[in-house]
Amino acid sequence: MKKHWEVLVVDDEPVMRESLAAWLAEDGYTVDTAESGREAVTRAAAKDYAIYFVDLKMPPGLDGIETMMEIRRLHADASVIIMTAYATVDTAITAMKEGAQEYIVKPCNPEEISLLVGRIIKVKNLQRENLILRKKLAKQYSFHDILSKNPKMIEIFDLVREIASLRSTVLIQGGSGTGKELVARAIHFSGDRASKPFVAVSCAALAENLLESELFGHERGAFTGAVERKRGKFEMADGGTLLLDEIGDISPKLQVDLLRVLQERKFFRVGGNEEISVDVRVIAASRVNLQEAVAAGTFRDDLFYRLNVINIHLPSLRERREDIPLLASAFVERLSHELGKAASELSEGALRVLVDHDWPGNVRELENAVERALVTSKGHVLDEDDFAFLRREAGHGNGWAAPDNMSLDEIERQVIMATLNRTAGNVKEAAAALGIDRSTLYDRMKRYGMSRTGVE
Amino acid sequence: MKAIRLVRVGDPSPDLVDALVVPLAEEFGVPCSIDVRRIDPLFAMHPERQQAHSSQLLAEILRDDGGGDHLLGVTSLDLYIPILTFVFGEAQMEGHCAIVSYHRLRQEIYGLPHDGELLESRLVKEAVHELGHTLGLRHCEDWECVMASSHAVEGIDLKGWEFCPACRTIVDQERTVSAL
Repeated sequence: MKKHWEVLVVDDEPVMRESLAAWLAEDGYTVDTAESGREAVTRAAAKDYAIYFVDLKMPPGLDGIETMMEIRRLHADASVIIMTAYATVDTAITAMKEGAQEYIVKPCNPEEISLLVGRIIKVKNLQRENLILRKKLAKQYSFHDILSKNPKMIEIFDLVREIASLRSTVLIQGGSGTGKELVARAIHFSGDRASKPFVAVSCAALAENLLESELFGHERGAFTGAVERKRGKFEMADGGTLLLDEIGDISPKLQVDLLRVLQERKFFRVGGNEEISVDVRVIAASRVNLQEAVAAGTFRDDLFYRLNVINIHLPSLRERREDIPLLASAFVERLSHELGKAASELSEGALRVLVDHDWPGNVRELENAVERALVTSKGHVLDEDDFAFLRREAGHGNGWAAPDNMSLDEIERQVIMATLNRTAGNVKEAAAALGIDRSTLYDRMKRYGMSRTGVE
Repeated sequence: MKAIRLVRVGDPSPDLVDALVVPLAEEFGVPCSIDVRRIDPLFAMHPERQQAHSSQLLAEILRDDGGGDHLLGVTSLDLYIPILTFVFGEAQMEGHCAIVSYHRLRQEIYGLPHDGELLESRLVKEAVHELGHTLGLRHCEDWECVMASSHAVEGIDLKGWEFCPACRTIVDQERTVSAL
C-alpha cells in the first residue's frame, strides 16, 4: 500500500521539484516539497517522511549533504536519495559515506526511479509490519510492564489478578532483580486501590531509627532534628498499598512494631500520643528466604505468618530462559530510544550469548547488560561482540551464582562426584584437585554414600 | 467527465488519432471527438534533448478551459519532464487535461519491425491511463488494470486497456456526478 507513505522532495529549482512531485503523486504517494535545505529540515522536524529526495547542489546555507545530515540527526533511519545533475565519483562517494541510501543522476530513467522507490517502500512496509507484530507480541506477553511467556510467571499473573482487590498481605520472595517491585505494583494497579497511593520503602536502606520514623512518621521534637511533624509511609499509603522491600533486613524491635500495625491497623507516630488508624494493604518483599530466617531465629515467626498470607515466589531469570529474547528485545527498543542510539535489534549470536548466560542479577542485570552494550554499539544490530563483557565476567567468576535451594552439603556432594567422574574414579587425583587429603575424601565419600564411580 | 476532445499536438498520424475515438468513448461512456485545434509544439522543444516538455504542452492545451470536456493532447513527439529522461504522457491530476505520446510506443524505437496493431493498442492503453489520472486515479497495484504503473512498453503490453473493478467504480462515480 503506497497511499500511507509520504515523500519530501527538496530542490531549489521549481521545475525539477514540481515535476518529481507530480510524478510521485501519480504513483500514489503523498508528496510535500521544500525549496531549500532549511525548509526541508523544518518539515522533517514536524514529521518523518518515508523517503527524502534531496538535490545535491543547493544555494549556500545548507547544501544537499548538509541537509541530509540534519535530517538524519532528526530521524536516524531516514531514507535519503541524493539527486544531482553534475555526477562525479567523488560526490557519489561523499553522499553514500554520509548515509545517503541512493544516489541518482538527473534526469533519471523512470523505470530506475520507480524500482528504487519501490524497493525502499518494500523495506519500509516490512519494518512497519515487523514493528506492529513485535508490539502485538509484547502486548500478548505483557502484564503491567512485566514481560513473560513462562508458565510459572503466567500463573503468577493469574494469581495477581485474583488477589488484586483483596486486603490480605502478600509476601513476594525472589532473588535480586527478579521484579518483586513490579509484581507489587501490578497487584496494586490491578485492584480496587489503583487510584490510591502506591508507596514503596526499602527497609535495607535505612538505619533502625530512621526507618521507624520513615514508616510511622514523627511528631515535632520527637528527636534531635525533628523540627516539624512528619507523616510516615503508612499514613501516605492510606487507602492504597505499602510495599516494604527487603523486609528481612528489619530489626527485631521494628518487627514487633510492624506486627502490631498489621494486627490492629493502628500505630503511633514516633514521639506521639495520638493513635492513628490507616487502611493500608501491605506487600512485603524479600530476596532472602524468610522461612529460613525464621528457622535461624532472625525473623519473628508470628510476623512471618502475618505477612505470608499470600505467597508469591518469583523464579530467577535462569528458570525462565525463554523470556530472555523477549525481555532483551524490549530493553533494546526502550533503551535505544532513551540513549539516542541507532541499534534497534539483536543478532542471533547476541541472543545466543544472552540466553546462555547465567544472570545471577536476573532481569535487572539483563537490562544493565543491554544498556552497556548499547552505549558502546555503533551499528543498527547488537551482535555477540557487543556482549563480550559478559563472557569476560563469567570467566572471572563474577557470573557464578549459588544454585537455588541447594545446601552446602549437597553442593559438596556434587563437586566431589563431578571431580571423581573427571578423574575416572582416581581418588588420589581427585583429592589433589579438591585440595584435601585422600583420607578426608574417603571420609566424605562414605558420608555421602559414594563409590569411586558414583553413588552407591 | 461529459465528453473527451482529442487535441493534436504537432503532426500526429491521423489514423492513430482516429483509432482512439471509439475505444475512449466506450471505456469512459462519454462522446469522444477530434478537436479542430492543433498546437504547434515548437515553444516546448528542448534544443539539446530534442524532446518536448510535456508540462508546458499541458499548460498550452489548458488555455482552452474545455467547457466541461476533458482534453487529451496526442503527439508523435518524444515527451519529457525535467527530472526524468522521458515520459509516455502526463496528466493534470483531478483536472481535465492530459497528453500522451506514441513516440516510444513504436517498435522501431527498439530496433524491431513496425507493428501498427500493437502501436494502436499501446496508445489506447496510455490514453485511457492518462485520462484516468484526470479523474483522480493513482497508479493501481493490480498489474492487469490499465492504471497499473508502466515505465516500459513491456509493462504496457502486459496490462489490459480496461479498469479493474476498484478503479472502474471511481470512473463510474465521476461520470454519474458529471451527468447531474
